Amino acid sequence: MNRTIITVVGKDTIGIIAKICTYLADNHINILDISQTIVQGFFNMMMIVDVSKMNIDFVTLTEEISKLGEDTGVQVKCQREDIFDKMHRI
Amino acid sequence: MINIHEVIETNNMIEHENLDVRTITIGISLLDCADGDVDVTCENICNKIRRIAGNLKKTAEDIATEFGVPIVNKRISITPISLVGASCCKNASDYVKIAKALDSVAAEVGVNFLGGYSAVVSKGMTESDRLLIESIPEALACTERICSSVNVGSTKTGINMDAVRLMGETIIKAAEMTADRDSCGCAKLVVLCNAPDDNPFMAGAFHGVTESDAIINVGVSGPGVVKYALEKVRGKNFEVLCETIKKTAFKITRVGQLVAQEASRRLGIPFGIIDLSLAPTPAIGDSVADILQEIGLEKAGAPGTTAALALLNDQVKKGGVMASSYVGGLSGAFIPVSEDQGMIEAAECGALTIEKLEAMTCVCSVGLDMIAIPGDTPASTISGIIADESAIGMINQKTTAVRIIPVIGKTVGDNVEFGGLLGHAPVMPVNRFSCEAFISRQGRIPAPIHSFKN
Repeated sequence: MNRTIITVVGKDTIGIIAKICTYLADNHINILDISQTIVQGFFNMMMIVDVSKMNIDFVTLTEEISKLGEDTGVQVKCQREDIFDKMHRI
Repeated sequence: MINIHEVIETNNMIEHENLDVRTITIGISLLDCADGDVDVTCENICNKIRRIAGNLKKTAEDIATEFGVPIVNKRISITPISLVGASCCKNASDYVKIAKALDSVAAEVGVNFLGGYSAVVSKGMTESDRLLIESIPEALACTERICSSVNVGSTKTGINMDAVRLMGETIIKAAEMTADRDSCGCAKLVVLCNAPDDNPFMAGAFHGVTESDAIINVGVSGPGVVKYALEKVRGKNFEVLCETIKKTAFKITRVGQLVAQEASRRLGIPFGIIDLSLAPTPAIGDSVADILQEIGLEKAGAPGTTAALALLNDQVKKGGVMASSYVGGLSGAFIPVSEDQGMIEAAECGALTIEKLEAMTCVCSVGLDMIAIPGDTPASTISGIIADESAIGMINQKTTAVRIIPVIGKTVGDNVEFGGLLGHAPVMPVNRFSCEAFISRQGRIPAPIHSFKN
């Protein structure tokens, strides 16, 4: 398994999660977990996904998914899980 | 499993608190590039740098994208050139030829600085070392990316005062040769004592002879992250203060460790060390002086500054060593003046003087850094400042350094703009009393008594 974290930050918008999920399904990316919260009035969503079977490369994924966010007026980031794991786990 | 609050914390550090990996520096040994002919030596050097560092820029960009953390600089450090050029350089111009070749290959592989136009002369100077030092002003004036350093002392050897005298003169010459650019040649020239072999930060980076053929060293930063963390513990006791700095330093260093290991794996070059330095930039919110203010000082330079900095430096190290088994380089808190907005303001309003900065260098990770001084400062005075810093390093068994810029044509009250990461600074006053007779003595200051640990 090759886990990646996708975060969505911004104003809550109809259909944003649907759009991202469709994009992920189209590219063979499996969603393992979704959670969300409101921080300082902003909608924050996090998805843990498995990219081991994905049919595009990682840089393309980050670019396309970030573009998808821009089109909807939210910020979407895609980062390998290791950076969070290293920082918050001993 | 990672939770959403941890993810938000990390991304806040990156997006709002200026967390970044300051540099991935590849150290490259050029000892096998030496030849009796200077042109062949240049060609060998360029080929080797291309071969080893050709993919550095692309790899660093890929890692930055995948982990979502900026990697600000990609750099190269090389074997001190006075060793590589010893058999082929018959005069200073031959060394300048090597500097130009290095500058062009650095541009070609896409690094912004290449360090190692250096000599290690802590006890004595060879003819090659002397020629290299003679060539430094011209080399810095006619190149963009080359950084130069000279190590003039160590705890084990004492201080080479002949080299200290020569470096005072060399700094003045470098300032004169770049007088049209606010003497910025001196911003790329540092004089060190106890220089480490594995430092990834410029201008003092070089690839020491104790190192392997090639190595990846990573410098992490994040003064902003520490500052924001301390905002949440205002008024709390020292235990809470120290604990907060340590935890933050741990987190920052872990990011560096991850990036270093990933870069090492992808480039096929062994991982050397993490340098966990709080390295400020002129950007707002990326300042070590701001941390000192957050600890409780009105301005950096106020009474209490040395104690606050000592505390900060020590806690950064304690948090960092827990996060990586291989910590090295300079590690600690940097206190450059022109590269730190809070330090610039402190110098401008008179809170910070060179004498206070000197005291601070006893407890920070390096030394007097990026300080603009009047252009008519005598060479012997600059040598005196270098000797003082070297003595602090020698006696306290720590790295110290001097990177000062006598700005030709400017005096106290003027401002200097170096641009980019090098920032801007007010010209600071220097003690006007002479040390000429002290500096003109020949020879070296002997190693201190505590160097005899045999």
